[in-house]
Amino acid sequence: MIIGKIEDGIVLDHIQAGQGMRLYDILNLDKLDCEVALIQNAPSGKMGRKDILKIDKLIDLDIDAVGFVDPGITVNIIENGERVKRGKPELPERIVDIVKCKNPRCITTIEQELPQVFNLTDRKNKIYRCAYCESKAK
Amino acid sequence: MRHLIDIMDLSIEELDEMIAVAKDIIADPEKYAHKCAGKKLATLFFEPSTRTRLSFEAAMYELGGNVLGFSEAQSSSAAKGESVADTIRTVGCYADIIAMRHPKEGAPIAGTRRSTVPVINAGDGGHNHPTQTLTDLLTISREKNRLDNLTIGLCGDLKFGRTVHSLINAMSRYPNNKFILISPDELRIPEYLKYETMIKKNLEFVETDDLENAMPELDILYMTRVQRERFFNEQDYLRLKDSYILTPDKLDNAKEDLSILHPLPRVNEISVAVDDDPRARYFEQVLNGKYIRMALILMLLEEAKRNPVPDWQKQ
Repeated sequence: MIIGKIEDGIVLDHIQAGQGMRLYDILNLDKLDCEVALIQNAPSGKMGRKDILKIDKLIDLDIDAVGFVDPGITVNIIENGERVKRGKPELPERIVDIVKCKNPRCITTIEQELPQVFNLTDRKNKIYRCAYCESKAK
Repeated sequence: MRHLIDIMDLSIEELDEMIAVAKDIIADPEKYAHKCAGKKLATLFFEPSTRTRLSFEAAMYELGGNVLGFSEAQSSSAAKGESVADTIRTVGCYADIIAMRHPKEGAPIAGTRRSTVPVINAGDGGHNHPTQTLTDLLTISREKNRLDNLTIGLCGDLKFGRTVHSLINAMSRYPNNKFILISPDELRIPEYLKYETMIKKNLEFVETDDLENAMPELDILYMTRVQRERFFNEQDYLRLKDSYILTPDKLDNAKEDLSILHPLPRVNEISVAVDDDPRARYFEQVLNGKYIRMALILMLLEEAKRNPVPDWQKQ
């Protein structure tokens, strides 16, 4: 399977197999007007299988969202066909408006314009909890 | 400006100070009878409650202050679709301090986002109920003269019982307390509390479904009601509601100085026949609730006087 090189854009590599679509949704990539490629189950020496996202535009990437999905993801910034920057996101202490609280009893289900805030409560197990009701982020 | 949303918002020193003030109020109520003259407490109850609301109102009256508010969402602007944040900001124009209860979890945090006066969480769904925990701490402190080195049995609905969660969190900060968690399998404490608090903090605890076997060890027995309003499924409620009923015969092998507490209201989980046992302390607990709320109102109003600008206005 061949997906062409990008000139100016972002490649998110080493996404855990199966998480690519979730990251695609969380980053709202369906709203972009540029080409976006999601490659699932690509062979990987290190991971066995991995997902890759290629975005053919230098968008303002929500790095906290990437770190929340998986801090093991490699972010590559491509300019003029060359990789100019490469790095891994931090596991953010707090995420805002990235995921919604799924607890039907949470105030976020009814209060208007209330930001969806989650705090990292367990770094080892990457557990985030709603700042309002303390339910686990899913 | 300070709010009270979660019992863990208060340091041990602040808790000790508040308990000391409450004990002083009990010893000399006249000294405090006019402390809040000219001040108003708004009790905003978006969910019905008898004892908590009346306790707050009695507390404010005994401090010489006045009270306004509503006791159900239908009689408030929430019925018209107003947000919690707007209601709180509006009421802050009329009152000096707010006590709010809301069925949605985390509602008081939403309320404080634009509040100009201190907000007290008087219960948010199945989540937190810090003034009940303050009540429990004052009661335990008065009963045992300490908050450490105690074996505390918590019995009944440990899954949805917010008072249980807050009490475990609060008592976990004092050394050498042991927790015996007595419940049917389906109503055990939530995983997050077990793993992120009890195991992480290395607390001594046992989970069991056998109340009578645990009884001889206990210094405190904290009974709870299985709450119908926390169940989505009526069948589950009916199946579990009568899991534990405390009767006089079950106290035969209990310690002589056991203290039986209950956040109330009870349904049938403590037989009325237990009320005459000197170890039954739940009505004293109710009274303690008024005194600790008086101490809390005083503390928050004092803090608001020292530091009147809310954090959101400083940003």
